[in-house]
Amino acid sequence: MTAATSTALAPADGRNRFDRLLLAEWTKIRSVRSTIWSLILLVVLSVGFTALFTALTATGWDDFTERDQALIAGDPTSMILGSGFMLGQLTVCVLGVMVIGSEYSTGMIRASVLAAPRRLPMLAAKSVVFGVLVLVLGVLVSFASFYLGAAIINEKAPVSIGDPGVLRAVVGGGLYIAVLGLFALAIGSIVRHTAAGITGVIGFVLVLAPLAQLIPGRAGDYIHAYLPSEAGHLIAQAKQAPNDLLTPWQGYGVFCLWTAALLLVAAFLLKRRDA
Amino acid sequence: MIEAKNLTKRYGDRVAVRDLSFTVEPGRVTGFLGPNGAGKSTTMRLILGLDRPHQGDATIGGKHYRDLGQPLRVVGALLEARAVHTGRSAYNHLLCLAQTQGIPKKRVDEVIELVGLSEVARKRTGGFSLGMGQRLGIAVALLGDPSVLILDEPVNGLDPEGILWIRNLMKQLASEGRTVFVSSHLMNEMAVTAEHLIVIGRGQLIADCSTEEFIERSTKQIVVVRSPDAEGLVGAITAEGGTATANGDGMLTVTDLDAARVGQLAAAGGFVLHELTPRRGSLEEAFMELTKESVEYGTTVAADGQGGAR
Repeated sequence: MTAATSTALAPADGRNRFDRLLLAEWTKIRSVRSTIWSLILLVVLSVGFTALFTALTATGWDDFTERDQALIAGDPTSMILGSGFMLGQLTVCVLGVMVIGSEYSTGMIRASVLAAPRRLPMLAAKSVVFGVLVLVLGVLVSFASFYLGAAIINEKAPVSIGDPGVLRAVVGGGLYIAVLGLFALAIGSIVRHTAAGITGVIGFVLVLAPLAQLIPGRAGDYIHAYLPSEAGHLIAQAKQAPNDLLTPWQGYGVFCLWTAALLLVAAFLLKRRDA
Repeated sequence: MIEAKNLTKRYGDRVAVRDLSFTVEPGRVTGFLGPNGAGKSTTMRLILGLDRPHQGDATIGGKHYRDLGQPLRVVGALLEARAVHTGRSAYNHLLCLAQTQGIPKKRVDEVIELVGLSEVARKRTGGFSLGMGQRLGIAVALLGDPSVLILDEPVNGLDPEGILWIRNLMKQLASEGRTVFVSSHLMNEMAVTAEHLIVIGRGQLIADCSTEEFIERSTKQIVVVRSPDAEGLVGAITAEGGTATANGDGMLTVTDLDAARVGQLAAAGGFVLHELTPRRGSLEEAFMELTKESVEYGTTVAADGQGGAR
């Protein structure tokens, strides 16, 4: 017929299949430079700062008090994963917000919603693709950080992947990063604004925890313990600290509940609001 | 076919669309006309399920947009506001949308070729000109070879060549039996493109008729006469029930009498004529006249009905 009519198209099958949305979300994620840069930054920051911090710890070992030395030697995994990886997590906070926030700031969300007018499958597909991507990368970065850090600190505080709780903590580092990404994505979807979303997530992760510690008494301890990132990162510690109120898996469960609740709010608002 | 029934949409206190009903038939270009702020974009967003109406209903082929299985295979839409991630290339933008519908890559190349973006398809859309962005939007609309096209101000930002191209494209799509619903605030553009018009002002329906009928109905027949004895001629015309306005230099604009009658009057009264021309009032003027009560952001000149154009 005419130029507008296609020869490449099969007849429409009239179905909105989830696998198609997954593929589309994957294309969206990989075709924007900011994603690639954020992920590179995650690797570089995590691995780089792990090396830096553990090296500083190793060289300054003799200056530490005996109490500090004992603390590190007691759970070197927490020290290793708590250094660079905790900085690298900020890139995931930023990226999680950007993955959806940039759709609102650029107007892309309208095209996305026109292609998937029921909306929720689109949010679900985005969450799955981003979650899996960050999980895979998070586990890889966690293992890389651990092996690098363990090698550097080996003489002062030897640790092996076979030690009790260590494997769970290292895998847990990846699990934590994956849920953190979804946590950020949910907030980005709720506030629909990249800068505000990033501020919100960083506030949750970095600002709220020290503030909660200022609350006096037992209530303060509980509030602090149940904050999303505080509860969540327990999974990346090999050993339970004496004053931890939650076990690693309990903490991780609390973090997952926070994230699930925020995703539900995001889904509800996405469905309700004008795009 | 697009059907809107009693659509009403409010944004806060402001009513954007009020009890709007119309039908857009396939096989012809239907123009959606109204001044800025009349509610054209809102109506289109309601049809596309982007916004939720407070009252009423909009369907495409009897279905709500949100219930379409592969919506881009049924409806192609070009929105007025940009709907493209500026950091993504035109090709990847089209590709990710194609993938949601199970449309093959080959079709992406096809529409890129069709809208003339082949050379910049791999570049980030952030650097695109208004015209290039518009062409990309049209490529998105055509991606799924849809039977219904909803285009919001498609000629915005296009150069004359681009305007001609989109005009012909819309006519061609309609001639293939597709439903083509295109909005514009430019009466003249619609006069040469659309066969049928739906005119709104302040969110309410003003007219729903063929373009021809709309022009016929809304433009007045006038006669321009020039005579060295204009004053005398004015008397004769007024006596006959016509209205004559002097424009200086012996020029008169006559309404309510046709050219033949004015000629007869001149001959009977012995007035010399240098010019006698029947004319239609301009479409743009007629449109302004018709929508003047409903202009949202009128300037003072336009609001008092005098029109600065003359």
